[in-house]
Amino acid sequence: MNLLKDFGRRLFERVEGGFDLAFPAEWNPFRQLGALGWFFYWIVAASGIYLYIFFDTGLTRAYESIEWIMNNQWYVGQVMRSLHRYASDALVVVVVLHLLREFSLDRMRGTRWFAWFTGIPLLWFLYACGISGYWLVWDVLAQYIAIATTEWLDTLPIFGEPTAANFVNSAALSGRFFSLMVFIHIAVPLIMLFLMWVHIQRYARPRMNPPRGLAAGTLAALVVLSLVFPAVSQAPANLDTVPAVIGFDWFYLAIYPLLDVVPGGQLWLGLAIGTVILAVLPWAPPLQKLATAEVDLDNCNGCGRCAEDCPFEAIIMGPRTDGAAYDTEAVVNASNCVSCGICAGACPTSTPHRRATDLMPGIQLPGYPIAELRDRTRATGQALSGDDRVMVFGCEQSRDLAKLSAPGVGVVVLPCVGMLPPSFIDWVLARDLADGVLVSGCARGDCYQRLGGNWTRQRVARQRDPYLRARVPDERVGLCWTPSGDRAGRQATLDALRSGLATAPQLKRRAERTRPAEATGG
Amino acid sequence: MASWKYLLQSVLYAAFIALIGYFSVAPAYRHAHPELAVIKLAFSHAAERLEPCRKLTPEELAQLAPNMRRPMECERERLPLLVELEIDGELVFRAEEPPTGLWQDGAATIYQKFQVQPGSHELVARLRDGRDTVGFDYEQAASVELAAGQNFVIGFRAAAGGFKFQ
Ligand code: HEM
Ligand code: SF4
Ligand code: SF4
Repeated sequence: MNLLKDFGRRLFERVEGGFDLAFPAEWNPFRQLGALGWFFYWIVAASGIYLYIFFDTGLTRAYESIEWIMNNQWYVGQVMRSLHRYASDALVVVVVLHLLREFSLDRMRGTRWFAWFTGIPLLWFLYACGISGYWLVWDVLAQYIAIATTEWLDTLPIFGEPTAANFVNSAALSGRFFSLMVFIHIAVPLIMLFLMWVHIQRYARPRMNPPRGLAAGTLAALVVLSLVFPAVSQAPANLDTVPAVIGFDWFYLAIYPLLDVVPGGQLWLGLAIGTVILAVLPWAPPLQKLATAEVDLDNCNGCGRCAEDCPFEAIIMGPRTDGAAYDTEAVVNASNCVSCGICAGACPTSTPHRRATDLMPGIQLPGYPIAELRDRTRATGQALSGDDRVMVFGCEQSRDLAKLSAPGVGVVVLPCVGMLPPSFIDWVLARDLADGVLVSGCARGDCYQRLGGNWTRQRVARQRDPYLRARVPDERVGLCWTPSGDRAGRQATLDALRSGLATAPQLKRRAERTRPAEATGG
Repeated sequence: MASWKYLLQSVLYAAFIALIGYFSVAPAYRHAHPELAVIKLAFSHAAERLEPCRKLTPEELAQLAPNMRRPMECERERLPLLVELEIDGELVFRAEEPPTGLWQDGAATIYQKFQVQPGSHELVARLRDGRDTVGFDYEQAASVELAAGQNFVIGFRAAAGGFKFQ
């Protein structure tokens, strides 16, 4: 399994690296597949509603009514119809890539099973939408689909009488099953919408809209395609002839040719087995992760920053239970928590400057407490030498991060850079543990823990609580957002930071006051 | 953003719509041989019951509750259908098709397709739905002239006299 994921990850990195040459990191379509899915869904929905206004839902007039839309509405009908088809096809492409990518990047195990699991029925519904849609055109492709689908359905013991009997020849043809398809083609997209909503329930600020530039480019591309190569119907259906050679939408129908070689029942079985395999993947094998976040009420003032910053909706602010003078307290829902530590990075009490011998923030990961982060940072800093020392705080998703280590470079790894309280940057410089600090996380728009990169950028830019203190000179802080495998990119950012350190302004310190506790490293 | 980046984006968008546009209709799928015709043997028909219905005796009737009294007693289970199709003197299909339904009381369904060369063909269809173990209850022949790509259906409706060639 790991081999497979590793292969997928490397493949995606390759291709995405290519796309990064053309797109700004956040526009890279591979980092926006879910959002593009929503975007295509809305295009399909809007164009579908438009088509429905003019569509005749009767079997005998359906074909004509589509021809009318294509021929009598200047370019509007043609573009709408084409957008409806092409955006549906694009939806398949992005959904399949989305599935492969979430799998390859291992964003589906542990607590994250939920999105994966709810994505699986979406696949089925997506195909039901596409197949019923092609049915409605009632051209030879629709005829083929009607016959092949009903014959295939008849291999299941669900219908009392054989459904294929509806399409044996034109004398037997009845509009009953066709009406059922019209109904399915409207009902299933609505179910899909509901499921798409369920799909992202465990995410704070889910990305449902692609960045504007990407959305505009994609829509423009689809419109161009619709004008240059409009979607058209094939010859009208005639049940007294055999649909022999048919133009085929491979995005939705790729499985149908199998029906000519494999018995329908076996194909159902294959699909059922495939679905079950997909469904158990989040537990194959179960994820080993750090213990989930824990709140220490003595240090929680109910400020709500952790709840605001948690990317997985795992914290709610509940009523105070310890009689302290605050209204609320943070409450962790362990079944949503992925142990990213971002909450600890958000908590105002997570500061290494605190004098308490036992540094205990309001919230943190018991498996990687802030006190331990401070100890590791100090030990790492004390071992550095030279006059351009850099402390690297990086996330564990950056492959081979430790290889940046050098006599003047120390590396401290975190589950996510979002776990780093900005006060640590200040502290490292104030304590002279290093001359500069590099924060290294996932590529923009692709944070493994979803929002850790965003929050870190905003905290360091002093736009988000907790802010990096104003006294820290920007020249001493480097930020590096690279794909996991981009070692060269990280090295380059590190080198650039180090070479600027000689001329960088010093941290503005207050007059030194030596305190015994601090002298020994409080 | 540098303008060459926009150019590169356009190239990628172009590749994307080319992919979508192409695979939305092509390559064409060859589901059947366009030069051949198809004969479909397709119908549902309920065979006779396994046990013949039997008139209840007056004594038996008297034992039943008044609202349950009925003149005939019938077992639900039906016989299988036996169906044969001959094309140009060659037996291409012979099958015994069991009744459907949980109680084996439903109609049996036949759904078969045969690809044939266009031109004239002699068809003979036979069906047994009764208790006789030899011979057929229905047997009909037809000479047909089929065009390439034609879908020719042999149906069956007992009420309409048996097989229907169309
Ligand atoms: C119509 C189809 C789908 C749409 C519109 C869709 C959309 C989305 C969106 C918007 C997100 C949230 C991304 C974020 O904000 O970080 C997401 C996450 C996710 N999706 Fe889908 N999705 C679809 C189908 C699927 C399918 C078929 C699967 C796999 C079986 C899947 C697996 C996942 C997983 C595992 C995540 C969570 C990623 C994480 O934990 O960071 N999705 N999807
Ligand atoms: S560790 Fe991450 S997921 Fe868990 S509560 Fe904290 S921010 Fe949320
Ligand atoms: S950020 Fe810290 S102090 Fe604020 S509510 Fe969360 S745990 Fe409490």
